[in-house]
Amino acid sequence: MTSTKYDPRVLKAPHPVPGAPDNWKRFLSFNTDAKVIGIQYIGLSLFFLLVGGLLAMVMRGELITPPADLVDPSVYNGLYTMHGTVMLFLFLFPVLNGFNNLLIPTMIGAPDMAFPKLNAAAFWLVPVFAVVLLSSFFIPGGPASSGWWSYPPVSIQNPLGHLINGEFLWILAVAISGVSSIMGAINFVTTIIRMRAPGMGFFKMPVFVWTAWAAQTLQLIGLPALTGGAIMLLFDLSFGTSFFRPEGGGDPVLYQHFFWFYSHPAVYVMVLPVFGIFSEVITVYSRKPLFGYKFVALASFIITFLGLIVWVHHMFYTGTPQWMRNLVMITTMLIAVPTGVKVFAWLGTLWGAKIRLTTPMLFVLGGLVNFIFGGITGVMLGTVPIDIHVGNTYFVVAHFHYIIFNTIGFGIFAGIYHWFPKFTGRMYYEGLGKIHFTLTFIGATLNWLPLHWAGLYGMPRRVASYDPEFALWNVIASIGAFMLGVASIPFILNIVSSWARGAKAPANPWRAIGLEWLLPSPPPAENFEDDIPTVISEPYGYGLGKPLVEDEEFYVRRSMEA
Amino acid sequence: MTSTNADLPLKHVPGHIKHDGHNLTGFIIFLCSESIIFLAFFVGYALLKITSPEWLPEGVEGLETRMPLINTVILVSSSFVAYFAEVYLHKKNLWGFRAMWLLTMAMGSYFVYGQYVEWSELAFSLSSGVFGGTFYLLTGFHGLHVITGILLMGLMLARSFSPNNYDKGEMGVTAVSLFWHFVDVIWIILYVLIYVWQRTS
Ligand code: HEM
Ligand SMILES: [Cu+2]
Repeated sequence: MTSTKYDPRVLKAPHPVPGAPDNWKRFLSFNTDAKVIGIQYIGLSLFFLLVGGLLAMVMRGELITPPADLVDPSVYNGLYTMHGTVMLFLFLFPVLNGFNNLLIPTMIGAPDMAFPKLNAAAFWLVPVFAVVLLSSFFIPGGPASSGWWSYPPVSIQNPLGHLINGEFLWILAVAISGVSSIMGAINFVTTIIRMRAPGMGFFKMPVFVWTAWAAQTLQLIGLPALTGGAIMLLFDLSFGTSFFRPEGGGDPVLYQHFFWFYSHPAVYVMVLPVFGIFSEVITVYSRKPLFGYKFVALASFIITFLGLIVWVHHMFYTGTPQWMRNLVMITTMLIAVPTGVKVFAWLGTLWGAKIRLTTPMLFVLGGLVNFIFGGITGVMLGTVPIDIHVGNTYFVVAHFHYIIFNTIGFGIFAGIYHWFPKFTGRMYYEGLGKIHFTLTFIGATLNWLPLHWAGLYGMPRRVASYDPEFALWNVIASIGAFMLGVASIPFILNIVSSWARGAKAPANPWRAIGLEWLLPSPPPAENFEDDIPTVISEPYGYGLGKPLVEDEEFYVRRSMEA
Repeated sequence: MTSTNADLPLKHVPGHIKHDGHNLTGFIIFLCSESIIFLAFFVGYALLKITSPEWLPEGVEGLETRMPLINTVILVSSSFVAYFAEVYLHKKNLWGFRAMWLLTMAMGSYFVYGQYVEWSELAFSLSSGVFGGTFYLLTGFHGLHVITGILLMGLMLARSFSPNNYDKGEMGVTAVSLFWHFVDVIWIILYVLIYVWQRTS
């Protein structure tokens, strides 16, 4: 058995090279290889990060002075609605699905996803709903303008009376996005449950796989509720029903329940995989096993469960009865426990380690600091009396941007750098990466830290003009926003130039432990093909000297010779 | 039997492998997820019904329950017929399978027809307040699922005629009949919510 494995013919097997620049046309085709789809997702979503960022910079340009002078207030309404929607549905969800596609099969040793065609179809729905969503800029009445919440009664006004209006297209786009996400979620969960390498029990899976699983479970439970709410909203908007119209006996607050039953868990759908990325990156660059691995893994599902029973904390000030507010305040505080377990596990791993400050590690450390900060403001907002005071102010905006950009965004950048050599076969430029990190960290801090004060002093969100007393905070925030715009230049430069002519990446440039690092860079189409390793150790065995898989030497040699 | 293979067949199987077991796992996950849309509608319905100050639109007394009851009985029994179709398939009795399967389809079609007759005789419309909206939304969304189920069964029936297709049992049939049972259970809940629970305080 072992002897045939060292057969030189096996070692020399020619591998097609996905991701190589000379082969770029495959990224424009209906390809069913999860690694191609992963790069498609990430590439497309980064484009939409630029689109969403551009919308944001117009908004920050408007807010640099107190009166509404740069854009008309009604245009401003459309801008923030589309900014939020683009960032969530066209940047964050797709980019994380990109990571799922790249990492889940390679980390568990599967040749591909369970349903490769469904996977490709799910990806190609993204450009479809992008077109539906963005085309609303060009129709009479402009895009949806009721915020990413789309709360009735505002969202079901249709002043022009057209059937095709901004809100209609918005609901349609969100529905298509939901279908795509469900297709993805079914695929990811099935793959994780059924296609793990021999020997890979649940407690031998990397944390990223755990978190992706927990997150996709939330998608499967939460998204249908949003879909139900969206169908009813569409009927109210276009077909004269009155589910959410008080004048016909309906209840607008019911929509808020539908919306937040999904959209609170949605924030965990986004943050959980980033917790996974944190766990992978921190262990590699501090070269220590993950402190409390099993607890970190399990905490993911505790977060999933608790995440499903806290949505009402977004409705503290919309007529929720006091007993429910108290209950939800308690469950909201409880989420801090599994989340805290993870944070302490990372800190415990970092404690006394020899840390390599590479670009991905810098992004993770920056993201971790920001997450602790955003978690604290989250707990503040989860406290009923504080929330009633600062709800719907810039304090909320500051809180969730600390999570959504300063934590999740940072984690995504870290992931892109960390796995860039693996999936493109090229090394990125460390210097440019560090410039990107520095600009991003300073820009993000300038952008969102001051807004906490603006919010605490009472500046309402979603308004184009404001009282001059808030001017200072807003000027600083706008400078930060433009800095973030500038920060995208070294990033794009880095990605494009290193992919085109960066140094060839070895199979395992970071000396990382994990199945994906036992593959050549970039991995062949079917990953381990017909020779899938048998896993024998827990992940993250840094410094323990134990092999991860049986016959590790063979896989290492094969990955280097491909 | 579905294989119990968390970590079974991957080793030394080259290329894209067709995993029947995966398909069923994926389909069951889909059904669980789909059931939550209905759950959302049911909860919404119940909340609206309890809290709405004016539930029934003017001139509407309530819903007639006799016809829908007959419909319910037919739909629920069709689930058993579908089960027998599966049993025949396992016994490799293809004609038995086809007969039972066709009967299931006929019963499902009758249900849709009955629903159509009921709809066309109602004195209220989609826009008659929350009552009309929820009624048509719930029954219509469920009806769409019934129609989908019938179409899928037709597909499976057609496939049974290509030779050797169903030699080792057929995952598609298992999945479609699961779907059919699902549609059935949803209807029972719906019937209780809409037709049985008519009185409001
Ligand atoms: C760590 C524990 C967290 C707690 C206790 C918490 C608590 C809260 C509360 C109470 C609100 C409502 C504020 C209001 O509308 O007045 C809120 C808003 C928000 N949070 Fe968090 N949060 C936490 C973590 C997160 C995470 C991890 C994310 C994202 C991944 C996130 C994203 C958001 C978003 C997007 C909003 C604003 C939604 C909106 O009003 O448009 N939060 N948070
Ligand atoms: Cu929340």
